Amino acid sequence: MIRWILGGWLLLAVGCSTNAEAPAFVDEAMPESFGFGRLATEEEIARWDIDVSLDGKGLPDGAGTVPEGRRIYAEKCAACHGKTGKEGPYNQLVGPAGDTTTRAKTIGNYWPYATTVFDYIRRTMPYNEPGSLSDEEVYSLTAYLLHANGIIDSALVLQKDNLPAVQMPAQHKFVPDDRRGGPEIK
Amino acid sequence: MSEERNKTTQRLSRRKLLVGAATAATIALVRTATGQQVPAAVPDIPADPTKTQGPPPGTLGSRSPFEQLKKIPSDTSSRTPLQHLHGMITPSDLHFERHHGGVPLIDPDQYQLLIHGMVKKPMIFTLRDLKRFPSVSRIAFLECSGNFRTGREKMTPQEICGLTSQSEWTGVMLATLFREVGVDSRATWFLAEGSDAAVMTRSIPVQKGWQDAMIAYGQNGEALRPEQGYPARLFLPGWEGNTSVKWLRRIELSDKPFMTREETSKYTEPVNGKIRQFSFDMDARSIITFPAYPVQLEKGWVEIRGLAWSGRGKILKVEVSTDNGKKWYPAQLQDPVLDKAHTRFRYLWRWDGNETAIMSRAIDETGYIQPTLEKLVQARGRDMGGYHLNPITAWEIKRDGQVLFRPEKWK
Ligand code: HEC
Repeated sequence: MIRWILGGWLLLAVGCSTNAEAPAFVDEAMPESFGFGRLATEEEIARWDIDVSLDGKGLPDGAGTVPEGRRIYAEKCAACHGKTGKEGPYNQLVGPAGDTTTRAKTIGNYWPYATTVFDYIRRTMPYNEPGSLSDEEVYSLTAYLLHANGIIDSALVLQKDNLPAVQMPAQHKFVPDDRRGGPEIK
Repeated sequence: MSEERNKTTQRLSRRKLLVGAATAATIALVRTATGQQVPAAVPDIPADPTKTQGPPPGTLGSRSPFEQLKKIPSDTSSRTPLQHLHGMITPSDLHFERHHGGVPLIDPDQYQLLIHGMVKKPMIFTLRDLKRFPSVSRIAFLECSGNFRTGREKMTPQEICGLTSQSEWTGVMLATLFREVGVDSRATWFLAEGSDAAVMTRSIPVQKGWQDAMIAYGQNGEALRPEQGYPARLFLPGWEGNTSVKWLRRIELSDKPFMTREETSKYTEPVNGKIRQFSFDMDARSIITFPAYPVQLEKGWVEIRGLAWSGRGKILKVEVSTDNGKKWYPAQLQDPVLDKAHTRFRYLWRWDGNETAIMSRAIDETGYIQPTLEKLVQARGRDMGGYHLNPITAWEIKRDGQVLFRPEKWK
């Protein structure tokens, strides 16, 4: 399924790609290179390159567990997302797929990739102290939230080798935009 | 401006203004964007402005104290008062805001843009570097894809769809920088990352980068406003606002999308049991901004005015109906009609005092006709999400001249 979906994205991107052609605005007089700016060093790149790809590229070393995540969640997240991740006041995070008692979009019934949970929490949560969590804490919180959403077993030790393999229930629903202008309303 | 206000201010302004005494002020009732009368400080008003010297030239211009234009803020966004704007440009301080971690304060001398990933030369550009490259300016709208509110009759255009604004953006084409770093021909996507507290990220097809993406540092003749991404932002003409990442610090080229939170959990929409993703283009839309709530209409000639725009190109035509959608007539478009830009339209009408509803629909150069909400529901299903809703907006004119929004229900 992952393969098919990624194939779809590739087509989407390649189908309209004209990378080889010079863009219309490029002036004949434009040099190949202006020589403005400078090469970035490895350290400078590493300082900011915090994103996590679907294949796990960018995931740091370390590991986390569900019980540890439950503890950190109660301390640092519950005030805004609710005791069990369902009560708010801010975004509801827990709502397993198939749970018809909730209309909210949650990690369990909506998020297509587990790597996104790690990437997002590390990037910006907790909201009142963004970027303050250690990688271990982020692994544990990700494990706890995936477990609370009925996606992983409580015994799983989450780390860079197994996080990308976690299958998310809603992933198969995602399709690329097919609106193309013209008279048809989509 | 309102009669009462004039009376009030005249009553309150007996004191004589001394030459240059611009600080002398009085409290007058001033009409706000939402139509309320609020007390505001205005300078003393001379009975006859030709009989007294005004203040001397200053270092900064100011808005007339009688113009109390305001955005309407919530926790996450603030909305442009569309019903009070003239022409096609949104004053920079009234440009809508939507951000995910507040407005960061960034020192332009410390600013750096890193471009890396599938490139020959990973590079860092300072703001000064960016400004040395060939520059371009372009007038284009920017609209949040979650730009439709409904539910009450007493809603202004600002409340219904105030998350769209238009500026003249100045900057360097991203393609110029792509050439400079030598983008790998196998790269198909890039990540754009902001340096706000959300460190917000979106994946963008590389094709858009070569086509018309810009790294903007100028807005309406001056530097970007902090709320708009100072000192530099990505600007993607015609695409949902969230993709035009503000406070841009990093671009990483790749051969697949990154599936960030803003393109999975958010900015995706349920459509007929599926979830539509990477819905970048903003479809054509229009709204009548006059007459609109809270205007009290008078019988006789009315110039119906509004804005139309499309993320897919130029507005070809705007049609107006003054009989609740039965007949449609072409409106006049104000030149210049620009690609992916708010376009002002006007339609002259004589209101006979009978109840009716007026509405407009935009048609863009791809042949797309702005749909009714009903048509959107037919196409997407009743569970359609709140993004990319661009329905025809109807204003009901009551016999007493009240103009009310017609809220529509679909859930
Ligand atoms: C001070 C309040 C606050 C705290 C504390 C907080 N959050 Fe959040 N969280 C928010 C807000 C507000 C948002 C929505 C941000 C946005 O939409 O830009 C959010 C969004 C999220 C989301 C994305 C939800 C979605 O529907 O896309 C996740 C996941 C999340 N938080 C996890 C956490 C975790 C884990 C913690 C604890 C480490 C935490 N949050 C602590 C306020 C908070």
